[in-house]
Amino acid sequence: MAEVATPFPQVPVVEEPVSEVGQLSQWTLMRLRFARNKLAMIGLFGLVFMYLLVFLGPFVAPNEYTNQNADYIFGKPSQFTFIGPNGRLGIQPYIYQMTTKLDQATFKFVFVEDKTKKLPVNFFVKGDPIVLLGFIHTDIHLFGVSLPQRVYLIGADSIGRDIFARTLVGGQISMTVGLVGVALSLIFGSVLGTMSGYFMGLTDDIIQRTVEVISSFPTIPLWAALAAALPPVSVSFTAMDRYFLITVVLSVVGWTGLARQLRAKVMAYRSADFCQAALAAGSSDSRIIFVHMLPNAASHIIVSAALSIPYMILGETSLSFLGLGILPPMVSWGALLKDSQQVSVIVQHPWIMLPGAAVIITVLFFSFVGDGVRDAMDPYSI
Amino acid sequence: MINYIMRRLGYMVVTMVIVAVLGYIIMELPPGSYVDAEISRLRMAGGNLAPEQIKAMYQRYGLDKPQYVQFWLWISHFVVGDFGQSYQYNMPVNQLIWGRLGLTLVFSILTLIFSWVVAIAVGVYSATHRYTIPDYLITAGQFIGLAVPNFLLALVLMVFAQNVFHMQVGGLFSSQYLNAPFSMGKFLDLLNHMWIPIVVIGASGTAWLSRVMRANLLDVLNMQYVQTARAKGLKESVVTWKHAFRNAIHPLIMVLGSSLPGIISGETIVAIVLNLPTTGPLYINALLQKDMYLAGAFLMFLALALLIGNLGADILLAWVDPRIRYE
Repeated sequence: MAEVATPFPQVPVVEEPVSEVGQLSQWTLMRLRFARNKLAMIGLFGLVFMYLLVFLGPFVAPNEYTNQNADYIFGKPSQFTFIGPNGRLGIQPYIYQMTTKLDQATFKFVFVEDKTKKLPVNFFVKGDPIVLLGFIHTDIHLFGVSLPQRVYLIGADSIGRDIFARTLVGGQISMTVGLVGVALSLIFGSVLGTMSGYFMGLTDDIIQRTVEVISSFPTIPLWAALAAALPPVSVSFTAMDRYFLITVVLSVVGWTGLARQLRAKVMAYRSADFCQAALAAGSSDSRIIFVHMLPNAASHIIVSAALSIPYMILGETSLSFLGLGILPPMVSWGALLKDSQQVSVIVQHPWIMLPGAAVIITVLFFSFVGDGVRDAMDPYSI
Repeated sequence: MINYIMRRLGYMVVTMVIVAVLGYIIMELPPGSYVDAEISRLRMAGGNLAPEQIKAMYQRYGLDKPQYVQFWLWISHFVVGDFGQSYQYNMPVNQLIWGRLGLTLVFSILTLIFSWVVAIAVGVYSATHRYTIPDYLITAGQFIGLAVPNFLLALVLMVFAQNVFHMQVGGLFSSQYLNAPFSMGKFLDLLNHMWIPIVVIGASGTAWLSRVMRANLLDVLNMQYVQTARAKGLKESVVTWKHAFRNAIHPLIMVLGSSLPGIISGETIVAIVLNLPTTGPLYINALLQKDMYLAGAFLMFLALALLIGNLGADILLAWVDPRIRYE
């Protein structure tokens, strides 16, 4: 269809005052669009709540996470009731006192609830001494029953430790490993991807071949091989070192996707007018990259990060489950789930799989937020 | 086309060489070797070892030579089919791996077929029934499918099967068929044991693929030629399957190559939980025991399988979509 040059009607130019209202920045628009997404907001608030729960974990849980209770090995979750000793329904929760009994037929210890003895569950009770956030020493717990009786919200593990407490403390590792891993892969991915797209030639070839080689390994076997190379925790190799190196291992695979996408972006920007103008004006390479290109790609980088956090969390969980990631005495959700490798064990004590629920909920929340961020940042979406 | 395939094969050889170097470096990363562990075990068991004996052990495994010589020895034997000796089993590696690699391949292909069939059916259904209750349920299922670690899904299914159906899950055969000669009953038993791993390994891939399928089909269904097809009075099923679906499947074939690593990864970990005689358990155990030739051979073959799978996906795409041309 050929454009026909029509005489443009002369409209008198009206000088309109520039209004400040409605002039929202790109980022404000994105934030508003994100806030409109219900699922994403659920995810965001859910995550905030979970991080609070996890980092205040020692206080929230009624028992200290390393406390071993020899009388409560594989103990089942405490039963709550709102019917008080006087037989009336109230708001005061009670748990039944548990007694251990030897089953004469199977010669196994079974736990029997003593229906006559009800223990009141109170807020802010004295319990095991704990260290909160690394510096607050206290022995007050959010809820519990008075010692020596204990409340086990979701049961106890093979040496009688509170699984609820361990899940909360394990979350401190599992919920941060993904973030650190993503941060690292963002750094690797941005630097290498930008270099690859900007300098082209040999640099590009080398980086692209590396990306290709890394993505030609299946993820978990590659992670496993790298994690197997890490030495066990000792005096010279602390738990913190291991934690950090696990995040490095996770990001070794994670950066490749971002590097590929950024390379394409940067190549497109190179020929764009604003970069050519900057080049003509005599800007240095680093100025063009950091001032002109990366801010343009920022939304893209953030989306990529948000979408890859769930995979990192699942990666850590899988590695620790295989016994190659976080190792005891450190706790993470994967390390806790390692106890449930034997079906015979979980058939009898299904509650030891409950840390898995924490994994699923966290990953779901992160995917909600990730999808919300993607939808909010995509300028072409409706 | 043949030109393109030849060039891709050439690239593949180069990539494979780099994979071999990288794989060797990864295998050499753990401090200490199997021989060190063996020496300390022998010392624990029966006093001291003569220095000559230690030297002989290092020599036997070629560990006294510099790294690049060791690498060369390994790789030059590897290409002619001698993958070295497994320290753990005291057997040549190539006697250990073939059956397991074959089974991994069988599981991967079956999982691929399963997840494609289910993903296409579910994706097309939810795209053509957008914003209905089944569509919302499917979307919820997709989110959950992506969020559940597959080993956990395997565990839950096993407990469920055992507690509710009193069914023995895990392994490839029930105990009464384990040493029985091959028969119809044994075959049915095998099928009965295979569907759980396939569903578990395929779950997250299926969830992801069906989301891709739904989004693609929705895009295509909005196009004008689909409108035209409807306007000229075609049946809705013909419009969906013959006109829209064919153009929506391309991105799915494009991600075929990248869904393979997920399947092999999933297979590795699920096989450990479900006690399947595939590569997974042996590979992880070899890594834990630092049985490097065994682990290295597995890693190389898994990478090779992925490279071939990627090539296959690209060729398939070129065949399905004549618009795609490779210079």
